[in-house]
Order: sequence, then structure tokens, then C-alpha cells
Amino acid sequence: MSESAQEASADLDALVATGLAGLVPRPFRVDRSRRETADTVTLTLAPVTGGSLEFAAGQFTMLGVPGVGEVPISISGDPTWPDALQHTVRDVGGVSHAIASARAGDVLTVRGPFGTGWGVGDGEGGDVLIVAGGIGLAPLRPALLELLAHRHRYRTVTLLYGARTPQDILFAEELAGWRGRFDLEVELSVDYAPPSWRGRVGLVTALIASVAPEQTLALVCGPEVMMRFVTTELLHRGVPAGQIRLSMERAMSCGVGLCGHCQLRELFVCLDGPVFRADRVLGLMAVEEL
Amino acid sequence: MPNQSTGTEAVLDLPGLQALVDALAATHTVIGPQVSDGAIVLGPLARVDQLPVGMGDDQDAGSYRLRERTDRAVFGYAASAVPAKRWVFPPREPMSRTHDDGTTVSVEPVLARPQRPVALFGVRSCDLAALAVHDRALLARPVPDPWYAQRRAGLFIVVAACTTPARSCFCVSMGTGPAPGAGFDLSLTELVEGEHRFLVTSGSPAGEQLLARLPTRAADTVDRSAADAALRQAAESMTRAMPTDGLAALLLGQPEHPAWAEVAQRCLACGNCTLACPTCFCTSIVETAELGSPVSERARVWDSCFTADFSHMHGGSVRTGISARYRQWMTHKLGAWVEQFGVSGCVGCGRCITWCPVGIDITEQARALARPAGQEPRERKP
Repeated sequence: MSESAQEASADLDALVATGLAGLVPRPFRVDRSRRETADTVTLTLAPVTGGSLEFAAGQFTMLGVPGVGEVPISISGDPTWPDALQHTVRDVGGVSHAIASARAGDVLTVRGPFGTGWGVGDGEGGDVLIVAGGIGLAPLRPALLELLAHRHRYRTVTLLYGARTPQDILFAEELAGWRGRFDLEVELSVDYAPPSWRGRVGLVTALIASVAPEQTLALVCGPEVMMRFVTTELLHRGVPAGQIRLSMERAMSCGVGLCGHCQLRELFVCLDGPVFRADRVLGLMAVEEL
Repeated sequence: MPNQSTGTEAVLDLPGLQALVDALAATHTVIGPQVSDGAIVLGPLARVDQLPVGMGDDQDAGSYRLRERTDRAVFGYAASAVPAKRWVFPPREPMSRTHDDGTTVSVEPVLARPQRPVALFGVRSCDLAALAVHDRALLARPVPDPWYAQRRAGLFIVVAACTTPARSCFCVSMGTGPAPGAGFDLSLTELVEGEHRFLVTSGSPAGEQLLARLPTRAADTVDRSAADAALRQAAESMTRAMPTDGLAALLLGQPEHPAWAEVAQRCLACGNCTLACPTCFCTSIVETAELGSPVSERARVWDSCFTADFSHMHGGSVRTGISARYRQWMTHKLGAWVEQFGVSGCVGCGRCITWCPVGIDITEQARALARPAGQEPRERKP
């Protein structure tokens, strides 16, 4: 083989290896399944072979069930302790039903982690405001755990969480612990509540209190309409759009920018996101069916 | 940097063309144009008399017809009915197999190094340009497509310069033809006036080496000027054009233009355009399992942004309307593509125009977006 042919062959081998690493899954065993709500569970998984999955808060994996299929699911675990891969999954479709039905000992497949993270460290020295709606708390839990692991680096840390009903509140025990901390502000609100509910009722936007706009990094995840209203509210209070980050959701098949499903105009949500600066996506979110 | 070992010109006659096919067939699976089911398609090729000898084509919006030419030209037609992409990017590509026997689960990649690489013979400059587009969309990525990488690495390309464009063609306006750009191994320009011959040019060291083994004669000024004239005449005869000036901005900036709703009244969302397009690369990963078998397979299959399922998430599809789906396709192809890959996703082959069952013309849609809202096309004053 000529030198250039050898080089080309080495280049090809490198391309193929990188491609396969991203597109062929690894088996992970379910260690534990914890029921969060009627339709949502948190799975703790460990690799059957090979190392644990280092990840940045905000990233996702393509989580699959052999013979059924795979879907993009945010990592909900602790980025400072990647030995346990955690996913909080809501049973809303064929594949997510199979994932949510997995029991300890079952083997799922994992590709990733993929996508951009929250960039929590960018908020060091300032205030961090987390606003979550519904299952949107799942990808924000790693951000909060990272903040708490380095709590002294930040000024105020606030979590505002809106759920549909009190029965839909995720991580309820952990939330109770977070609410008991003196270095963390936690506010909760539900859309609908039985008479026994003593907490707040209403939209999560109503929970936004006074902010020091220039010093605030806002991390927002929830239904698109909720993220639009929260962003509008934060902009109104003077938080620069570049300091508001949103986690977007789109259909995904490959997770690495090859299949085309997740496109939001010129953006590949899987590669350029899922976490975007608000000024990057706000205009796109305003266009119907884009 | 100019390569000293490429750019050699010579002349092949018809037996010489057969010698080229034979030489390729010794190491490659040769894929070339041929008539099948009333259309010119690409398929395995062993002999030059399998080429569409003396055949031409009439292609226009929603219409494709073969016609007999008055000469014995073998490349006397425009873009083949199917693009070349399936030979490097097949409709179904197995990716991995999962073996789950109830106690252990293992996953194996499916990636066989192809025994024989493919030689594309007689593809057009638009197909060549499309391969360069796919290289950007599938190879120059954070996670490259390993299957494409492998098929592409072994590919040998003999491009046939287009001397008979169809009415659907607009490659001149996209800057992709009719003369082939870079990236081929050998280029052929067919000359039918006088002696039936092919001006052959090498474009790579591999092409140069192969050319040296063929029974050629030296090219003279008559051959060169005849080839130049044929290509110039082809470029001048091209009637369709894409209005590319400012087009990306028109697409990205006008998601609410009434042209989208108007085209949606005609578009059937059948996906023919995405199948016929040489650059459309959207896929889905599908999982298949057999009852009673511990093995399941994941495969990548072509998909189309025109289906409602394409953007489906829990709770429904993002693009429920055909208007939104057509907008996605065209905005991606001619606008977002440039942002993503630094090049247009359209190579001007015209296949989406020819194979649209209702004759939607992407160049006309581009002109519609350039008109202020409310101004109807083909408006005539009484």
C-alpha cells in the first residue's frame, strides 16, 4: 500500500470507529426502578461492560429496549457521580412504555451522552434560577445537583417548579429535602389541586420573584409554551437573553445530527441543543409548526 | 494545489469504452445507466450495449418520457430517474444486532467491509455534486456515518458530462453543471458528430492510472473544441433556472409567506421528491425482532420530512400541516442547508420537478417567495 493509501485507510478506520461509537448502543442493566408518579419512573442503570457514562448536566442519551426501539431521554442523575446512570421516564408512547416498565435486572441499550449541557459553571459568582415545568424537572435535576455540589461558588440558587397536580410532582422526597435547606430557595406551584392542597396554585411564571437581572443565569425546561412565557417574563425583568437557557425537545432517531428528524430550521436540536440560549430559539419557537 | 498526475486528456472509441467497463469490472461492481420499465435508471452494467443506446428523454414538471434519438449516443439524456445515492447510502442499512437470551444481552455492530467497491459509470455532474454534498452532510460531522464512509472510500466515479439537458434541469443556475466539477476519477464527454468518440479526462491518480491502461488515442484540438462546443450548447439550451440571489434569506425570513399555503393545496405530501432527490439524507432507525428469536436488528431506513410521522413526538407531530412540511423541505434544501453545511442542498438535477405527481416546480416556488405577498403568479393585465 502506498503512503497516501495507508493514510486514507487510517482516516477511514478513524471515521468508522467514531461513527460506530456514536451509533451502536451499549447494554446497561437496570439496578433500580423507582416510581415517581402514576406514569413516571426513575431508572438507575449501570453498564453491563465497559466504563460508566461521564456526562454534562443537560445532556441526553438514546435509551432503548432491545426489539422495541429507542427514544431520546434526558439524563436525570448526578453529574458528579456518573457511576449510576439515571433516567426519569414518562410513559407516553410505545418505547417509553417499555422503558418505564423495565424492572431491576432488565437490560436496556444506551447511546450517548449527546447534545449540549446547561453550562451551569457559567453562573459562578452570580445567581442561578432554575424554572421547571412537569417532566422538565428531570433534565434540570443534574444542574441542581451540580450547583449543590459546588454551592459556595454561587450566590443565590432558586428552583421554581410547576406541576399539573400534586400527584404529578417528581422527586417528591428529594424536593422536601431541598426545601429544608437554607442555601436553596424552592417554590412549588400546581395547575390543579384538590381542597387538601396547601401549596400554591397557578402558573410557574407567577413564582418568579425579584431577580438581579445582570447577575442571573436562568435554566428553563418544560412545555414550549411554558418556556416562552417564562422567557418573556425574565426578559421583561431585564435578564439578558444570552443568560436564559432553554432545553428543547424534538423527534430524534439518531441523536447525532445524521437523521434529520430534530431539525428546527438550521438547528439540529440533538447537536446544537438540546440546551440553547434563549435568543437562539425564541424567534423559531414563535413560528407555528416550524 | 494542481495535481501533476491528473488532468490528462485522451480519446476513447466505443470499443475503448467497453475496455474501460471491463477494466473497472475487474475490481469493482460497475453501476451504470440503462433502460428499465420505460425509464433510464442505474444498475449493474457489464457491456456498453446495455447503455441506453440511441435513447433520449423528455423531462418536465410531472412528466418523464423516453424518446428515440436520431443518433447512436449512449449518454444522450439527462438525469437518470433514480439518483446514485442508493449505491453509497442504501435505502436500508443494517446498523447493529442485539442478542438477548434472557440472561445476557450483547450488541454487535453490523459493518461488513464490502468485498467489491462500486464504480459509478456514466453518472452526471449533478450526481457528482450531490456526492460532495453528502460528504459534508454524512462524513464531515461530529459522528460520521460509518457505512457511508466505507462505501464512499472505495467508490470510483466515471462522470459523463451532460450534453442533452432536459427541460427540468437547472444545474447551470446552481453552478453544478453541465461540465463536471471536482471529485471524479474519470470524466467522459461524448462526441457524436463524425466519429462516435469520448473525450476522457482524468481527475484523480486512480483515474490517471486506469486511463493509462486503456486503448486511447491522443486528444487533438478538434476533439477539445467539439467537447467545449457540446457543453456550451448544453448550458445555453437549459431553460430552467433557480433564482439563487438572496434565496436563503427569502426562505429563512418568510415562514408565513402565503406561497406556503398555496403550494400545500397542490402538494400531496407523497415524498416522491425526497426519494428522487440525490441529496435528501433523512432517515429513521427501525428495530425489527422475530418472534421466538433472541436477535433483534436495528437498521437505518430512508425517511421523508413529508410524512406526518417524521416530526412525531409524544402528543403529536410538530408539522401537522402539509404547508409546514413543504416549507421544511424547501427551506432546508435551499436555506438552512447552507447554514448547516456551507453549501446548498440543491444540485439542480430537476428530479423533484420531473417526479412530482402534480408537477410542483421548486424553481417556481422560489420565485413565488420573491414576490410580495398577495401578488399572483402569471398575472396578466387585461
